[in-house]
Amino acid sequence: MNWKRAMIAAFTAVPVIGLLAWGLTRDPNNIPSPLPGRQAPAFTLAVFAPGQGDLRRPIGDTVSLAALRGKVVVMNFWASWCLACRDEHEALSTVARQYTGQPVQFLGVLYNDVPDKGRAWIAEMGGQSYPSVDDPGARVAIDYGLYGVPETFFLDAAGRVAYKHTGPVSPGIVRLKVDSLMAAAALQAALDTGKVAPAVDTSLGKAR
Amino acid sequence: MIRLRGLMRAACGGAVTLALLGVSARAQQPELPAAPKGAPQDSGALRVQVQGTLTDAQKNDVGLENKTKEVASELSQQMRTVVKEQLAAGKSEQEVKDYFISKYGEWILLQPQAHGFNLVVYALPIVLVLGGAGLIVLLVRRWTAVPATAGPGTDDVS
Repeated sequence: MNWKRAMIAAFTAVPVIGLLAWGLTRDPNNIPSPLPGRQAPAFTLAVFAPGQGDLRRPIGDTVSLAALRGKVVVMNFWASWCLACRDEHEALSTVARQYTGQPVQFLGVLYNDVPDKGRAWIAEMGGQSYPSVDDPGARVAIDYGLYGVPETFFLDAAGRVAYKHTGPVSPGIVRLKVDSLMAAAALQAALDTGKVAPAVDTSLGKAR
Repeated sequence: MIRLRGLMRAACGGAVTLALLGVSARAQQPELPAAPKGAPQDSGALRVQVQGTLTDAQKNDVGLENKTKEVASELSQQMRTVVKEQLAAGKSEQEVKDYFISKYGEWILLQPQAHGFNLVVYALPIVLVLGGAGLIVLLVRRWTAVPATAGPGTDDVS
């Protein structure tokens, strides 16, 4: 009789404990986005912070995703009131400068903030190498399923969302993602022009 | 006497179980604030959950039907605007829902849709209530059963 009760208790407890253990392995802050693999939502936004050097874009100039086709795009949503954005600012700015002249576009998108405050913040942080655009009403942010800032989206050369990073992004991750997307774009371009014969199944690369 | 004591135990056990089930059911059905006056009727059933991850202070759970004044997250207000605009543009409630699901995943819905694995959320309470009721019946029958060694005088022997 006792062994029966023990079995019932075990059968009841094991699933509950298993569920709790499984829950402990998951990061509650990491909510998967449905966007990676899909075409990135289109946008046309105005520049409010120009950037520096060769990456500079005039204030008021519009940046549209359609015009960036063929480039890897790194979209970083940020705000002047966001403390975590301070952690990644220098890394992003430095890495963006390193990719000058390559088919990569770094773009800051101001989220729920005022352009004047955004510019003041950039000045306080010692400048930003790449341009930032304003997103009035957070329309583009909602289109990208933004939960908060900072969040960084990596778009491939075909305009698809390849990866979304939540929280401050490290220079290593930025380089890794940008390099891999640039390599994929170069390979695809070579395949399209017939310069490289496909030796392996490239369907996986196309699916991304 | 044994029967009476068994019935009392069963009644007490049943009352506690029902009270627990009641508390559980109440906990599973959070009280949502009423829709603000003047809100479009066709947005009544649409509830979008927004968990702002801006800062710790801004973390909150709100429904679309929350009163605007009580909504701390700016993003939730902007989402409301998007919902109203899409409804005004002639999109159906389901199309608006689908738009938000396509951007945020089903997580954005306050109430999960009843399909696939989500059915567990809807089926589990029913299963638990039925299981609890079955358990109560089983225990009542066991507690109120007349022992076989009730002694002479019973009409078992005939």
